[in-house]
Amino acid sequence: MITKQVSVFLENKSGRLNEVTRIMGEAGINISAFSIADSSDFGVLRMIVPDPDKAVTILREHLFSVQITPVIIITSPNKPGSLSRLLNILSEDGIFIEYIYAFSMNENSAVIVIRPSDINRCLRALEERREELHSQNDQYII
Amino acid sequence: MIWNETIECATRDEMKGIQSARLIETVQRIYHNVPGYRNKMQKAGLVPTDIKSLDDLSKLPFTTKEDLREHYPFGMFTVPMSEIVRVHASSGTTGRPTVVGYTRKDLNTWAEVVTRTLVMAGVHRHDVVQVAYGYGLFTGGLGIHYGTENLGATVIPISGGNTQKQIQLMQDFGTTVIACTPSYALHLAEVMVDMGISPEDLQLKTGIFGAEPWSENMRKEIEGKLKLRAIDIYGLSEVIGPGVSCECECQAGMHINEDHFIPEIIDPETLQPLARGELGELVFSTVTKEGIPLLRYRTRDLTRLIYDKCDCGRTLVRMEKCRGRSDDMLIIRGVNVFPSQIESILLEMSETEPHYLLIVDREGNLDTLRLLVEVQEQFFSDEIKMLEALRKKITGNIQSTLGVSVDVRLVEPRTIERTAGKAKRVIDNRKL
Repeated sequence: MITKQVSVFLENKSGRLNEVTRIMGEAGINISAFSIADSSDFGVLRMIVPDPDKAVTILREHLFSVQITPVIIITSPNKPGSLSRLLNILSEDGIFIEYIYAFSMNENSAVIVIRPSDINRCLRALEERREELHSQNDQYII
Repeated sequence: MIWNETIECATRDEMKGIQSARLIETVQRIYHNVPGYRNKMQKAGLVPTDIKSLDDLSKLPFTTKEDLREHYPFGMFTVPMSEIVRVHASSGTTGRPTVVGYTRKDLNTWAEVVTRTLVMAGVHRHDVVQVAYGYGLFTGGLGIHYGTENLGATVIPISGGNTQKQIQLMQDFGTTVIACTPSYALHLAEVMVDMGISPEDLQLKTGIFGAEPWSENMRKEIEGKLKLRAIDIYGLSEVIGPGVSCECECQAGMHINEDHFIPEIIDPETLQPLARGELGELVFSTVTKEGIPLLRYRTRDLTRLIYDKCDCGRTLVRMEKCRGRSDDMLIIRGVNVFPSQIESILLEMSETEPHYLLIVDREGNLDTLRLLVEVQEQFFSDEIKMLEALRKKITGNIQSTLGVSVDVRLVEPRTIERTAGKAKRVIDNRKL
């Protein structure tokens, strides 16, 4: 499914990430997943939260530069080769990935967050080749 | 030795006579050839015959850098372009430089004043002068070059940069005089150490340093490290370039070539002339230039004038080292930088007002410019490569417009301090 990811500009200084998590915690917003991309002196915090609009409003109140970015969330089987199978499809269809991050939910499933260059094309490719993905009785939830 | 004793040692009355005659002639010429300045005089209710001597100078309207920009490129020239044999330009806001033009006679005048200053500094015709100022639109390189040739000394026209080669040639060619910015002189000293060359291996005896402000401490440091006498030279392209004034071997203020460039000190707020010896803004009237003579040009440099006779025997009025600026101009490695230039570059890249802070430091011996830019949401992209591209673009635009390299840092919104609603734009950490 397509979901709204909250992206925040952060300087590479100690305490900046902590500031965001503190604000989220005080607002009662749970961070389901996050990753940080960094360069030499700044970074981008990307996070999945239950109420992205509320998170954006609160962060803006605290003067952060924030952006909502649509990303695709896929629940995949948590076993060897399942990410590869997914990526094969995207690569065969010539879909470029700007960034991706993933984490295990439990023994059976993992969550993959993908930001493709073309989100609709990516989604279409996954829909069209659903059969291939679901072979071997593995369940992907897109 | 004094190059032009008649002028350089003239009595105050003799000098005033020369200045008055030349001023009267220049006012006539400008009034009849420069519509912009004629309008200013008319608005002030002045006709050329109102200027009867030097005492009437303060009646005349000022000329500013903005006038030159407004009449870009050649609108302030008093002669047809066929008479102009060279142009020079200094960097300016959003790519509009300040342009000056020289006739054949102007180039001769320029060479004459530079020769005087070199002789003041103790340079002789048997010296070997390495000109490490930039050659090109900047007046530094070519200005010193022709003055040196006029003196009859040997020029090494190496221009700026390429430090190891500079040092190599100093050694091989027996350079006795180095002309460059004072910060570059310190850089040369550092690289010499790296190359295992000591000042004793060289013949250097004099340095002609200018194009940026420097302190007495820096002079001591340069003189200690390069084992030479460090002489301060002053000039600006609008007046002629280097050679407007220069220290003599007494190193006690810069003698102004005042038979060509009449100095005044004004209060930058009230614009009224200040009494002799008071600190204020330096203003020049050029009274022999043909290409672009300027009356009461505001340099924005703050200094004071010394009218006492110098131990060197010269009576030419001296100016102290400049104490600062009456505007916000910064001089970074000899390049003039206005914070407003940075602002317009950022404005062109975004719709809204940019928040930025310029931090100037002197690391080692070179000025460094760091620019913090707040990443407002209109700049913000979720992808690092877009942010990196933004940073590169800002860096590139600034470098191509200003000609100085800059280290651009992207910072979070509201991290740049605002005082009373107005953001602080510049922090200059250089100890000058």
